Amino acid sequence: MSPILQVDHLTMRFGGLTAIGDLSFAAPARQVTSIIGPNGAGKTTLFNCITGFYKPTEGSVRLQHPVAGEIRLESLASHRVARDAQVVRTFQNIRLFPKMTVLENLIVAQHNPLQAASVFSLAGLLGLPSYRRAETAALEKALNWLERLGLLALADTPAGELPYGTQRRIEIARALCVNPVLLCLDEPAAGLNPRESAELNQLLLQLSREEGVSVLLIEHDMSVVMKVSDHIVVLNYGCKIAEGQPLEIQNNPQVIKAYLGEDDSEEVAA
Amino acid sequence: MTAVIQTSHAPTRSERLKDAGGVAFVALVLGIPMIGLTTVDAGGMLEVRTRWAALGLFILLAFLGRLLFSALGDQLRARQRTKARLGSAPASGSRPVLLKALGWGLLGLSLALPIFWGDNRYVIDTATTVLIYIMLGWGLNVVVGLAGLLDLGYVAFYAVGAYSYALLSTQFGWGFWEALPVAGGAAAAFGLLLGWPTLRLRGDYLAIVTLGFGEIIRIILVNWTDLSGGPNGISSIPRPTFFGLPFKPPSDDGPATFAGFFGLEYVPEQRVVFLYCLILALALLTNLFVSRMRKLPIGRAWEAMREDEIACKALGMNVTNVKLSAFALGAMLGGFAGVFFAARQGFISPESFVFSESAIILAIVVLGGMGSQLGVVLASLVLVLIPEVGRDFAEYRMLIFGAAMILIMVWKPGGLLSHREPTLKAPSSFIRQSKREAA
Repeated sequence: MSPILQVDHLTMRFGGLTAIGDLSFAAPARQVTSIIGPNGAGKTTLFNCITGFYKPTEGSVRLQHPVAGEIRLESLASHRVARDAQVVRTFQNIRLFPKMTVLENLIVAQHNPLQAASVFSLAGLLGLPSYRRAETAALEKALNWLERLGLLALADTPAGELPYGTQRRIEIARALCVNPVLLCLDEPAAGLNPRESAELNQLLLQLSREEGVSVLLIEHDMSVVMKVSDHIVVLNYGCKIAEGQPLEIQNNPQVIKAYLGEDDSEEVAA
Repeated sequence: MTAVIQTSHAPTRSERLKDAGGVAFVALVLGIPMIGLTTVDAGGMLEVRTRWAALGLFILLAFLGRLLFSALGDQLRARQRTKARLGSAPASGSRPVLLKALGWGLLGLSLALPIFWGDNRYVIDTATTVLIYIMLGWGLNVVVGLAGLLDLGYVAFYAVGAYSYALLSTQFGWGFWEALPVAGGAAAAFGLLLGWPTLRLRGDYLAIVTLGFGEIIRIILVNWTDLSGGPNGISSIPRPTFFGLPFKPPSDDGPATFAGFFGLEYVPEQRVVFLYCLILALALLTNLFVSRMRKLPIGRAWEAMREDEIACKALGMNVTNVKLSAFALGAMLGGFAGVFFAARQGFISPESFVFSESAIILAIVVLGGMGSQLGVVLASLVLVLIPEVGRDFAEYRMLIFGAAMILIMVWKPGGLLSHREPTLKAPSSFIRQSKREAA
């Protein structure tokens, strides 16, 4: 399996603090790769480095784009990571546009194709058919994702008024509207109830198996991680301590140590 | 200070008394130098007199006022709570319709104004001033209301537009209509000039830089005497013409005039009404333009950027372009208003473009409800008409002005109209279908 994302010797330092130290791993294409680790292990920092919000101190992040070929993500500005490399992320502390409706949130995600179709807003101001077609297409795509995530009835509700779990799903739907090649989800199951969490599992499997979207997942909820992951990378203090398939990771003594401390290891293994 | 502490439970009587006592103490501290002591002219010498009775009355008023205010506040909160419990669904359903009716009503009124009050110069002049502020408010609404960029120097673009027209017309003999797009373009260029260095700034920091920018433009206008005439300003700026026909008393040998061409008797009100119609047309065009832009990708991008800039970046939006376009377009609209201002006054000087103008325009946007087009109209009416109506109160009118602003912000913290209309809605067929499936 060829990797979609290749991270090599990635290091991120903030002054004297090394948040990520010499991290290398590969995420296979069309699969779900999970990044796990205790709090403060550097998972979100890794996401920020991949998606252009931080410039890594050292190392490289390379994406194998199906059309454009290899793209060096570490040198791109954050909006170009999403626009040119189609690497799209969600945030640990949900970042929707709260006063805008759910549908508007999903239309904003299609800003670039729509803005191109509106030709410096001129075609849009005049209401030319080329712009109208683009707008209809954007609307259809948004409604399609809303339907698949069971959010259609909420389309015209301001996003900020909805419950936490629903907002999480909206953020994923919004990211999907950018046509991601690689979808980076930062704790998507946080705050979801067991039913919603099961639905999320199904969605992630569908996306990776059927839609060809590779997924990079940060998650604490092991019921999600173990069920959907094809590949797991475990971080602790910014370094990789283990990598492999779910079953290997579950039984890896170093991982258990990192999560639970040394003395309790026998209990967990049982 | 006890007066500012908010308690979640209903305050008891002793708490209320304590709170009011705190306010009375503040009144005492402020009142001693301001009311308690006064100077009188006693035969060429200043003598300090005391006015303890007046001070006592002031403190008592503050104490009782605070008690009354806290009791009223409780009642208001209780009513809001019951309203929230009853659910606001029916109210929010009928509100957009009501607002639409209000908007059309105001438009009808503005069209009827020259027909019914065309001979009343005072009414038309005041209405013209209101419309200038409405247009400025709509322009600033793009920057502050939609894009969420706090701009305290908006008057600079108004000045750039006004001086562009003044210079083009007096130095190069340009007419109003040729100068209008050029002056708008100049203002937009200044908008970019301000936008570029402030791209990384947000909130308070941006406000300070824009404040400085507004002052820089004004100070340049005061000091660059060769270009702007310095503090004397530029006078005898030509008035706009009706397709080349000026509004002047007809003369036998002079060029054709409006009154002469249409065979009307010349009255000076013709020009005033024409100016009113001109600013009405400009303002309506501005409104049409801004509300159309709001429904285009760029308009939605402005609003999204106001809501969350980081999320915009994560979705691949070039925030730099979005910001600069908001600055440039807002500045352009301010420039248009400036051109009209110069043409209407016939004389401009830096005096007209001081910071307090920026503050009033910003107050219009904030008081109206950020991003609301109709709110700007209502706020302009309130803020321009209150000082007009209050002329009889002489020096107290600014006090009334301030009190009105405070009261609006207390009653309606989100502005007069905080309702936000979505830029697009899901086709109803989709929603109904999904609701049926869910049921």
